[in-house]
Amino acid sequence: MTDFRPTILAFCCNWCSYAGADLAGVSRLQMPPNVHVIRVMCSASVKPEYVLKALSQGVDGVLVLGCHIGDCHYMTGNHRTAKRMPLVQSVLKETGIDEKRLKLDWVSAAEGEKFQKVITDFVQDVHKLGPNPLREVRF
Amino acid sequence: MARIGVFVCHCGHNIAATVNVEEVVEFAKTLPDVVAAEHNLYSCSEEGLGSIKKSIEKNKLDRVVVAACTPRTHEPLFRKTVELAGINKYLFEFVNIREHVSWIHAKEPQSATEKAKMLVAMGVAKAALLEPQKEGESSVIPTAVVIGGGLAGLTAAASLVAQNIDTHLIEREARLGGNLADIDIVAPEFRKSKELLDEMIEELNASPKAHLHLSSKVTEVKGFVGNFEVTTDKAEKIPAGAIIVATGAKEWIPKDEYGYGTVPGVMTQMDLEKRLAKGEKPKQVVFIQCVGSRQPGREYCSRVCCNTSLKNALRILDASPDATVSILHRDIMSYGTASEHMYRRASERGVRFMRYGLDRPAKVSRTQRGAAVKVFDETLDEDIDFDADLVVLATPMVAQNDSREVGKLLKVPLDKFGFFLEAHVKLKPVEFATDGVFVCGAARWPSSVSESMSQGMAAAAKAAIPIRRGKVVIEAITAQSDPDKCAACGNCVMACPYEAIEIVESEGKRYAKVNEAQCKGCGACVAACPNDAMQQRGFTTRQLGAMIDALVKNAMEET
Repeated sequence: MTDFRPTILAFCCNWCSYAGADLAGVSRLQMPPNVHVIRVMCSASVKPEYVLKALSQGVDGVLVLGCHIGDCHYMTGNHRTAKRMPLVQSVLKETGIDEKRLKLDWVSAAEGEKFQKVITDFVQDVHKLGPNPLREVRF
Repeated sequence: MARIGVFVCHCGHNIAATVNVEEVVEFAKTLPDVVAAEHNLYSCSEEGLGSIKKSIEKNKLDRVVVAACTPRTHEPLFRKTVELAGINKYLFEFVNIREHVSWIHAKEPQSATEKAKMLVAMGVAKAALLEPQKEGESSVIPTAVVIGGGLAGLTAAASLVAQNIDTHLIEREARLGGNLADIDIVAPEFRKSKELLDEMIEELNASPKAHLHLSSKVTEVKGFVGNFEVTTDKAEKIPAGAIIVATGAKEWIPKDEYGYGTVPGVMTQMDLEKRLAKGEKPKQVVFIQCVGSRQPGREYCSRVCCNTSLKNALRILDASPDATVSILHRDIMSYGTASEHMYRRASERGVRFMRYGLDRPAKVSRTQRGAAVKVFDETLDEDIDFDADLVVLATPMVAQNDSREVGKLLKVPLDKFGFFLEAHVKLKPVEFATDGVFVCGAARWPSSVSESMSQGMAAAAKAAIPIRRGKVVIEAITAQSDPDKCAACGNCVMACPYEAIEIVESEGKRYAKVNEAQCKGCGACVAACPNDAMQQRGFTTRQLGAMIDALVKNAMEET
């Protein structure tokens, strides 16, 4: 368990959280190397299926990061994300996957430090949860 | 079968010092559909771009993956390069191994290299499924809106009007000029600011192309580059092709620091400007620099305060050559040749410069005659006492109280101090990541008169580009629906924030249809579609699914 290195997927919206991740980079803010970012235009485009697909195949955690409520580049996209992801979490719970393996948060383009914190905390949280049990039963 | 070429950038030491670039290249060669992989010292250099083009030709590549920096700044360049080499520019995929890898995992070269490999595998998996796209076009309203009538906004407006572009200048105060209107003389030329402002205001008043909206506030901004609609609190609706933010900044007012508000003669720079404008001739003046700046909570250097103190020190000495002027500073930031010259002149004229530390700030107290200042001089290593008629606190420029609200209206980011954040300091100065919105002057960062003016001109030049071209290209990332899969449930219609989707009927079948000119490519409809009928170009469910699969395959099997 000590050498468990979680594999984590993050969906970042182009306008806020991806830019926040870039700012973290430009500011040389160090963080654990477990998180792999997929850039999407808006967090509202993240289908529940992506989360389920990743977790069911053994990815240890999924992050969905969008603009802060009120700041969405597409006006109200993140309102949908804010409602959708808790639903996905309840589906996870229902199916016996720890819902804490999915996390939703907001990071603005100016929040490099917040990005660093979200990544660091989530890697730690997933580390505590241990490897995704579905790693072993990939189908 | 796709023929993919992978190009991994060293970015000098920026990537290669952490990520083992050669190892990433060797790994890339093992990935499905990859027929060529190489590394470049700088992929974005003429040489790097040349070798990408050469490889496209030599290896008959039909898709290109570059693993380098961020698509937010360099994607257009690489897209253009592959296009020049005969590949549709949407058959290009960017992998970020600098901002997202080398710069943030600097102490873990091995893990960083592994992560870079994963990201390249994901990029390659997506690239294999990319499809060529055709871009659309939309028209541009030939009008500009400038928000803020201070020096930067006035300069931008005057520059746009000079190009014969209809320009609406929206200023919330009843007068134009912003901070500069309260400043008497501007450094380093010692010119009356009024002359400078009057010249520009007259130009605007005389032009039929300039439309001034004084005592007006922007309450709503809708639309996108080429087709904005700006609404004011006077219910005016202004259609515009481009918007310039020039909302400025303001002087920070101390609470009770250094006896402000309690000891007579203690004032800010703006207070001093007003007194000097009235012809007041103080005899003993102490300036205290960095009051409220370069300290925890407000760490930045406000950049203009040192020059302002130098300017006013010289003015005071011009009016009364026997005056004693002291400047207590933490570092004198008189950058630029003209300002440096001003610093030298001030030294020659006998201005006393004294360096103090943040841990031992000056103490200001009330005396019978006026004020007394005690400061620990770091160079002399002892306390020095001054009598003063005036103690001038050089406080920083801070963001406007409502800058965050303005940022929200325009959907543009601000930094933690409330200043507007441009897309990239070097590659896209005065531009926001949002097309068609620009920034200039102190709204962006404390700036001098000449900086505000050059930024105003730069923003005007940038804003004029779409307006002059008359049309803007719509990135081919809009959504499309598959009529065969669509059940016309209407979820996408409700999800779309732009009313770009409608249910149509053709040949007896009802399905959702996306109006491309209205679609902004957010993908909300894609996630709302229960049938997978709605797809966003460049972000299809198959493409993103392939990225997830690639991560699973490569990361899971590695452990």
